[in-house]
Amino acid sequence: MAILDVRNLSVDYLTDDPLAGSGRGSIALHAVENVGFRLEQGRSLGLVGESGCGKTTVMMALLRLLPQEGRIVHGQVLFDGQDLLQYSEAEMRQVRWRGISMVFQGAMNALNPVRTIESQMVEALRLHSIIEQPRAARQRAGELLQLVGIPPRRGRQYPHQYSGGMRQRAVIAMALACNPRILIADEPTTALDVMIQAQILELLEQLQAELYLSLVMVTHDLGMVAEICDDVLVMYAGMVAEYASSDAIFNNPQHPYTQRLLEAFPDVEKPGSTLASIPGSPPRLDDLPPGCRFEPRCQCQWREAICAQKVPPLVEIEPGHCVACHWARRI
Amino acid sequence: MERSNYILRKIVFSVGTLIAVLVFNFFLFRILPGDPVKLIIHSPRMTREAQERIRANFGLDKSVWFDVERLREGDVLGAFDSQFTTYMRNLLRGDLGISFATRKDVTELLAERVWRTVVLVLGGNVIAIVLGMAIGLIAAWRRGTRLDAAILLWGLFSWALPTFFLGIILLILARGHLPVGGMATPGLRPKDGLTYWLDVGKHLILPTLTMAIVYTSEYILIMRSSVMEVLTEDYILTAKAKGLSTLRVLRDHALKNAMLPMVTMIALTFGYTVGGAIQVETVFSWPGIGRLMYEAVQKRDYPVLQGSFLLLAVSVIAANLLADLLYTVLDPRVKAE
Amino acid sequence: MESLKKFLRNPMGVLGALMLLVVVCAAIFAPWLAPYDPKQRVEVTPEDILAPPDAQHLLGRDDAGKDVLSLLIYGARVSLLVGFTASFMSMFIGTTVGLVAGYYGGRIGNALMRLVDFLLVVPDLPQVLVIIAVWGRGLWKIVMVISLLGWTYTARLVRSQVLSIKERQFVLRARSIGAGSLRIIVRHVFPQVLPLIIAQAVLDISVSILYESSLAFLGLGDPTLVSWGMMLNFAFERAVSRQAWWFLLPPGLAIVWVSLALILIGNTLDEIVNPRLRTHHLFDARRMVALVAEGEAAAE
Repeated sequence: MAILDVRNLSVDYLTDDPLAGSGRGSIALHAVENVGFRLEQGRSLGLVGESGCGKTTVMMALLRLLPQEGRIVHGQVLFDGQDLLQYSEAEMRQVRWRGISMVFQGAMNALNPVRTIESQMVEALRLHSIIEQPRAARQRAGELLQLVGIPPRRGRQYPHQYSGGMRQRAVIAMALACNPRILIADEPTTALDVMIQAQILELLEQLQAELYLSLVMVTHDLGMVAEICDDVLVMYAGMVAEYASSDAIFNNPQHPYTQRLLEAFPDVEKPGSTLASIPGSPPRLDDLPPGCRFEPRCQCQWREAICAQKVPPLVEIEPGHCVACHWARRI
Repeated sequence: MERSNYILRKIVFSVGTLIAVLVFNFFLFRILPGDPVKLIIHSPRMTREAQERIRANFGLDKSVWFDVERLREGDVLGAFDSQFTTYMRNLLRGDLGISFATRKDVTELLAERVWRTVVLVLGGNVIAIVLGMAIGLIAAWRRGTRLDAAILLWGLFSWALPTFFLGIILLILARGHLPVGGMATPGLRPKDGLTYWLDVGKHLILPTLTMAIVYTSEYILIMRSSVMEVLTEDYILTAKAKGLSTLRVLRDHALKNAMLPMVTMIALTFGYTVGGAIQVETVFSWPGIGRLMYEAVQKRDYPVLQGSFLLLAVSVIAANLLADLLYTVLDPRVKAE
Repeated sequence: MESLKKFLRNPMGVLGALMLLVVVCAAIFAPWLAPYDPKQRVEVTPEDILAPPDAQHLLGRDDAGKDVLSLLIYGARVSLLVGFTASFMSMFIGTTVGLVAGYYGGRIGNALMRLVDFLLVVPDLPQVLVIIAVWGRGLWKIVMVISLLGWTYTARLVRSQVLSIKERQFVLRARSIGAGSLRIIVRHVFPQVLPLIIAQAVLDISVSILYESSLAFLGLGDPTLVSWGMMLNFAFERAVSRQAWWFLLPPGLAIVWVSLALILIGNTLDEIVNPRLRTHHLFDARRMVALVAEGEAAAE
């Protein structure tokens, strides 16, 4: 059974309407609409899309960590069969870190600068009663650091004494402290240099195998996805464009957006060819087109009027491969 | 090592500040027109004895800063024998001169009054810091709510309220219920024992209350903005994601980070509370250093004025130094500069 | 302007502006508003001393028999004069120091910042007290002393702003085409710094007014003028025992009024110029899950 089953998730952001003038009405921006996916224990999912497409919003919604203006307006988040959206805040606190943990974007700043790494890890261990005894907890913290390649005695140091890559690894170690079923990594390698990036990826792969961990990787880097993700969810402007296994996405992309994304990726077999970029930019959330959101930038040869008029439904064109495009299913 | 380097620099800076203050104030009292010392010497009310003492004390026959004549004669050491060096020498001996008005030793005057101001300033500050930090924390936590707006408004209002005027208002309100002047009820004997000290305590209530009200709002505003900044940081989000309850996040993560800048701010505010003490002591006739300064101004008693200012300045400079040193202990990031 | 509209939408700012307007009008139109001229000599009988309010003297009379209301209105002139001039001067000094220290940096910058640190540590009121006590009383002396001790905040503010602007694109571009430092400072850096300075200046005015009142209360005000602080000095010495609250309260309330007005304006300006995040991570998350029924969600 799937450890995580997200169905029809929709998230809005409330804003003060700057054009409202004297009226204090706020408008709701539909940041995420109708997103769904399944995650099996031990498998990894890559969540791909341009900045601002809503992928981080989806992840934050799972743990109910949206900013104050965020509203989850629709959907179900079934974690081990239980709908998290029905949980109270107190119940959510039990799930956080213990069931699902997260490594945030720019995780290097995720650590409290005036507390030792060790103490922050011990905090997690004791909070969820993994280990209550302080000494045993410190011992375990050391083991976790070792797991990610940091000498245990460095646990007593402070974040500023670690390099960026080390801090990232420490954050991952901390995220694993309570043996979560799912680890969400939001852009785990942005702002790190290439060597460190490779190290972190290797680490994640290793941990996934050793701990039978389910991994969700949010990224805009397709290379990363190709390396370690079993399944891929491609998002565009808050909606799912394509959802399939990694193989299917890379070998048989159906959605025009996915196809363009792959084209934009440098091909090692064709060095010297110019990188293709997708002209235009994603639609503004307060100015969404009535039909397919990718339509204004779509250069697919089968484009027709319906694309601009009706939002394409997500359809399973072959087992395990879903696309939201009016024309994909006709091929 | 970097840390001891940092500490050394801070100490040097404090000493430098102190010297600069000394030099400036010496300059103030000697160079400006209408040299008060010279004037007082010729005052008919001065006894011969007192005149001689003052003359010797201030070294009035010597040049002010530097004796060029003697330098030309080759007497280098002697060239430095001036009013300024006499002043410095006296200072180091603890001799601050004699009061023009009362003929008493300034050091003596200060010594007997200092504890009264200390009690007032410390009492007021401790209350203000504790209350201010607590309320500031709450205001920042409840950012955007009406509670926060009310606290902010109160803070701004207190800021606009002159310390002495608040004292006057409390004085009017408490008249008849609490003692409003002096340190103890006149005529109360003996000047010792529980009854006496309780009486002093009663007289301390209003002045301390005034100080506390004024400076609580100062600390509220400072703590509020410090906590607000901290609560937007990434590690707070991480703490939340770990499953910590709001109260625990505040206690275990936000508080320490917010209090670090508070340490330096408290030291800076301390300088202002000393100014506030002058006003409060004047309004409530509390016989401390502040009131002494006020009376010295009225009576043109310059040695006393200078001496009390020096005492206050030294305390504030020392407090700031202490705060800086404390900060190095508390903030782990300072170790690696 | 955009900022003006933002200002007008803030109730605190508008309230402050209106309150300030009252004081400014009192100061400007004093000769017409005040029922009596405080400078005129009055024939007083002993009953007139600290007389309580009546029809001819709405706020009663002071310890010399003069009309308190008129004194109050004219007092606005002194406060505003001191406040604006001292603030202007310290803004000027502070901005110059901040610009130089920030833009040129190096040893000059460090030396200037040491000077700022030094001035910040020395206790303010005692030092001002000592200077005025020795130098002599007088309005301009007070203004000078206040501004010479008050420019430090502005200097720090300006310097940190300049440091961040210095590395920005448009400055680098100007330098690359050979524009002189002074020109860059005046034409590019200064306009960016100006909004911050204005917000700080307003707060500075209230600080200066509070300083002057404290000094006047302690007996160091300008003897030729009657400021609110001086009124409180006389009132405190003579009116407290007689419970002449009409002489004791109005000047103090006037000081609070004008300071509060300036603080409200200054705080609002500061929020416009320095917008701070209005939410943080620890809010009440009960409203986050706001599931809408099937049909409605799809409607928008």
